[in-house]
Amino acid sequence: MQASLDIADAGFLVYLVEREPSIGGHMAQLDKTFPTLDCSSCILTPKMVDVARHPNIQLFSYAEVASVDGEIGHFQARVKQKPRYVDVDRCTGCSLCVEACRLKGRVTSEFDVGMSKRGAVYIPFPQAVPLKATIDPERCVFITRGVCGKVPACKEACSAEAIDFEQKEKMIELKVGAIIVATGFDLFDAHLKPEFGYGLYPNVITGLQFERLSSASGPTRGKITLNGQEPKKVVFIQCVGSRDKSVGVEYCSRVCCMYTAKQAHLVKEKIPDAEVTVLYIDVRAFGKGFEEFYDRVRGEGVVYRRGSPSEIYKKGERLVVRAEDTLLGESVQLEADLVVLATGIAPRGDAQDLTDLLRLSPSPDGFFQEAHPKLRPVDTEREGVYLAGCCQGPKDIPDAVAQAKAAASSAIITLRNCMEAS
Amino acid sequence: MEEQNLAQAYRLFECIQCGRCTGGCPMSLKTRFNIRRLIYEALVYENLDIESKKVLWDCSTCATCTLRCPKGLDPTEMVIGMRSILVEGGRIPSTIRDALKSLAIRGNPLTMAKEERADWAEGLGVKEISEGAKVLYFVGCSPSYDPRVQKVAKALVQAFKKAGVEFGILGNEEVCCGSEARRVGEIGLFEMLQELNLETWGEYPVELMVTTSPHCYNAFQNEYQGLDFKVQHYTQFVARLIDEGKLPLSKEVKRVVTYQDPCFLGKQNKIFEEPRKILRSIPGLELREFDRSRERSLCCEGGGGRMWAEGTNPEERLAHTRVREAMDLGAEVIATACPFCLLTLEDAAKTVAGEDGLQVMDIMELVAEAL
Repeated sequence: MQASLDIADAGFLVYLVEREPSIGGHMAQLDKTFPTLDCSSCILTPKMVDVARHPNIQLFSYAEVASVDGEIGHFQARVKQKPRYVDVDRCTGCSLCVEACRLKGRVTSEFDVGMSKRGAVYIPFPQAVPLKATIDPERCVFITRGVCGKVPACKEACSAEAIDFEQKEKMIELKVGAIIVATGFDLFDAHLKPEFGYGLYPNVITGLQFERLSSASGPTRGKITLNGQEPKKVVFIQCVGSRDKSVGVEYCSRVCCMYTAKQAHLVKEKIPDAEVTVLYIDVRAFGKGFEEFYDRVRGEGVVYRRGSPSEIYKKGERLVVRAEDTLLGESVQLEADLVVLATGIAPRGDAQDLTDLLRLSPSPDGFFQEAHPKLRPVDTEREGVYLAGCCQGPKDIPDAVAQAKAAASSAIITLRNCMEAS
Repeated sequence: MEEQNLAQAYRLFECIQCGRCTGGCPMSLKTRFNIRRLIYEALVYENLDIESKKVLWDCSTCATCTLRCPKGLDPTEMVIGMRSILVEGGRIPSTIRDALKSLAIRGNPLTMAKEERADWAEGLGVKEISEGAKVLYFVGCSPSYDPRVQKVAKALVQAFKKAGVEFGILGNEEVCCGSEARRVGEIGLFEMLQELNLETWGEYPVELMVTTSPHCYNAFQNEYQGLDFKVQHYTQFVARLIDEGKLPLSKEVKRVVTYQDPCFLGKQNKIFEEPRKILRSIPGLELREFDRSRERSLCCEGGGGRMWAEGTNPEERLAHTRVREAMDLGAEVIATACPFCLLTLEDAAKTVAGEDGLQVMDIMELVAEAL
């Protein structure tokens, strides 16, 4: 988004291809951002709106790049526009269809990371850009079975007559001079650490789930509760799916130390009498204002104990986190009502497809390889193709924005040179 | 072995002292055995006094530390290396020394006569492998000699016969796999037993070997060099017999059963499904899982030489905890698939639940009931 805005501001036309129904990425799911505690949507939403309104940006949402041919200055990209089964020109984003859907409250919400339910027709979140409904083709009863009552409820409810089950996939040909890859990341799958009982114990959640729990737009309207109960003992576990060869993740995810500090702060803020413990290996607070924030959080009464836990199990009805407090040299069993796993950043599951499609190289860690680790951090080995954000490796918001601006500047130089040459 | 060599041999320089090893160690809640600290001491002390480390005998080599290490280190092997220093210096518990002596002389750690090894099979019509068979049933020491575990071997034979498996045993030619010798640090003896076994097996055209014990299975599968046939733990073999319809389980076994994952089968070899598959195939049987199961299973404290020594363990064994957990679950039977688990859990069950309380059975005994 940032790269698009910069390039568009420089006077070039930008096609922004987003595979999800809305732009915004994972940042839209976050509650507050470290270390300033800015509300994530409050700083993100204006950018999203800028993208939507910019005369030089053409947004293809719910679309995917299918192929890229050509070379720097003369790329031909084929973009697959997936059918939303909603006419975006007619849809006003009023949500009447969403309310009417027979599957309302029965389909797991990706946006709330499984902590709430949506319907088969949905708008991922209230600030979505574009603010248009999308029908989930895998869940919609009418699409999967051919009938949904006499008339599908969404169709009946839509006063704008925007529901269109006849929509087909479309291929769009685009000619571009430069390409920026900003496909983001997946979260480490906590099921791969079965010793923590994720998926088995409902009160063991991931960092991203905590964000939804704490967010005012989340399933609990920002109250940190599980089944209506406020947790009084909260344990955060650092480095889940980072720095861990046993699950094939050797790198540090760079954001978890700080997001955990922020989340520990949020628990203390919302539940002042909660006992909050962070179990860590080392704390990596290397960015601007990070160490100060880490100091502040400890000052608020969060206890940092050195020792990475080994397992979680139940003792009676309570969860027990088993660890060694390595500074004491003693084994401890910490009781907890809520355990938050600081799950790391993983390459997107389909990163391999994209490296093939764009003829890029993956780094050994599975992220995309930059042309030179120090001197050409946003270039790839394919001329005219640049990297921005977490697709190149784990990074926080300021770093992702900085890289986006760098990628935009590289793209602008390329486009200028092409113009002058022709 | 010198301390510097310990650090190099076990890549201790790569340790980040995160504590997951000790945090997962089933002994660290009970004794002063702290594997993370041992790693650190081996790394930084110029003269680490291993000889005074009695805690080294606490380890049951369940390998949870190895499983959890985020840096791919193998602390279990370091314990074995440290024990080998103790063994070389003759500083070993006398009960372990007796077991090792028996191993060297009689090929079993139970001080039993070599020529009585196959007595359990008398009258069962079990062929010796020399009479020709492609499947070799490697019985193991406890199932050969211990009256309690003999029942497991007999149940297995019963199932093999029912399924029409052509198999043979080594009879009195069979010697211990050496797994426990290796784990108490007697690596020379392990190598000797390995050589003996390989030599014996080499005489027969075996295609597949099936073991009773996960400990034997693990040694053959992961530690023996130059094995030229496939090895399976019996749960893998029997699960397949059931799959292929060769072992119809027809009688109802109306019991509530929980399953203890043996460390050498589950944590160390990731065999989680097959034992459960067998249990679920038994009509009428209700399987209730422990909260701590599979990768989080709790060791019974029977491995790593712990059948012969307590180490500094001051209290009851983890097997007792397990029995209590099973009773809380409302289980009538703890099923397992390992001779050591069977013996330790049964001991614990008698203490905790009394003679007529909770039963401890091998999966094969439940299968035999269903035949």
